[in-house]
Amino acid sequence: MQNHYEAVVIGVSAGGFRALHTLLSELPDHFTLPVMIVQHRKASAENYLVTSLNKNCRLLVKEADEKEKITSGTVYLAPGDYHLLVEKDKTLSLSIDEPVCYSRPSIDVLFETAAATYQAGLIGIILTGANSDGSAGIRSIKAGGGLTISQHPETAEADTMPLAAIATKAVDYILTLQEISPFLNDLLEQSHETKE
Amino acid sequence: MDNEELEITLLLEAMQSRYGYDFRGYARASLTRRIKKGLAETGLQRISELIPPILYDRDFFNKFVANLSVHVTEMFRDPLFFKALREEVIPYLKTFPFIKIWSAGISTGEEVYSLAIVLKEEGLYEKSRIYATDFSDTVLEKARKGIYPTDLIKKSTKNYQKSGGSTSFGNYYHADYESAIFDRALKKNIVFANHNMVTDSVFGEMHLILCRNVLIYFDANLQNHVFQLFFDSLRPNGFLCLGSKETLEYSKEKDNFVAVIKRQKIYQKKKTHRGYHAESL
Repeated sequence: MQNHYEAVVIGVSAGGFRALHTLLSELPDHFTLPVMIVQHRKASAENYLVTSLNKNCRLLVKEADEKEKITSGTVYLAPGDYHLLVEKDKTLSLSIDEPVCYSRPSIDVLFETAAATYQAGLIGIILTGANSDGSAGIRSIKAGGGLTISQHPETAEADTMPLAAIATKAVDYILTLQEISPFLNDLLEQSHETKE
Repeated sequence: MDNEELEITLLLEAMQSRYGYDFRGYARASLTRRIKKGLAETGLQRISELIPPILYDRDFFNKFVANLSVHVTEMFRDPLFFKALREEVIPYLKTFPFIKIWSAGISTGEEVYSLAIVLKEEGLYEKSRIYATDFSDTVLEKARKGIYPTDLIKKSTKNYQKSGGSTSFGNYYHADYESAIFDRALKKNIVFANHNMVTDSVFGEMHLILCRNVLIYFDANLQNHVFQLFFDSLRPNGFLCLGSKETLEYSKEKDNFVAVIKRQKIYQKKKTHRGYHAESL
């Protein structure tokens, strides 16, 4: 039985600027799932990452606002120096709780709260990065019945984060950066066919 | 509702009924994480097992509740906010002989010391009284001590410089290997007091209220409640400062305030009193 997917979460750190451009620019305008992203970064007034991704992506890319209703076909980025969390009513919330794995925003915080809400309907992706944030989150997604993907470490600018995720043995697919978006598309189409 | 949610609901009911601390209007995702973190520290297995020690052991409850208040951030978070406060709000406040400020939900106090430093440098400290409040006595005690780890200082120093600080940040603390102790003189006009925004009432006739990155922890209803509390606690033309991701935009109090510096989330209470426009004048 094919799952019906409801949301995608992505965790990325060092090397993320290029990785996110590659991945998101490949998503078609009819991509129906919301995408929530934690990219480790510093807080900054001018939001260069969001602006630049918006230019190169067919979907709307925005910084997440607190209490915002999660909408399909929208890409949400965690604001610098805030954790991004998913509430059970499928809205977003923010916190300034202590950093997790020295990180705020933390990938684990997003993944764990998203897993609690979407369970088997969640797809979690770990991309390039130089620390091990996201590994606990990948475990939670797997435990909730969701689907987990890691970027192939050899194709990552920094391989620590993909390697740490894979070491949990909770990763379903290891893909190159270029393979991920087509894979997501195929998955959605299959999932729609099964549903019909 | 799954078991975990049910256990949290019961726990929140217990704390509310026994001690009057009401977390039921908190955003659940982060509250759940904090409760689980508190649980892990006790060595107990299930959230519902926290209920008996909370009901019967006041010290246990105090410690547990302190965990729910702590948010961690450096001083002069959002330096451009402090710059705007210094350049746009302080000149207005200088026109008063005496000013009252409420720093609400101070947690461990980083924000209130930042504010005290700005007031000192702008020559306003001596005629100010700052009410610094939090719902946890344990956390207030920490804030009152004003001792912070040195790794917090590095980031805070950078922020201070960007915020338009007029001297060296090092003038405000004494550091040893592990910690920095803030100057006692900064505390002279700060009144540390227990106040719970959820359950306690209006707080004085304030010229300025700072409450940044606290409302993100509340659900929409509770946010509305607190905005009304702030409205009622401010003098006409008083200022309200929120966190960079917080807004009055969607609240019922929206029309009672003007966004004077929108980007930095600085609002000013309108001069007219509540209800004036409703009456046929």
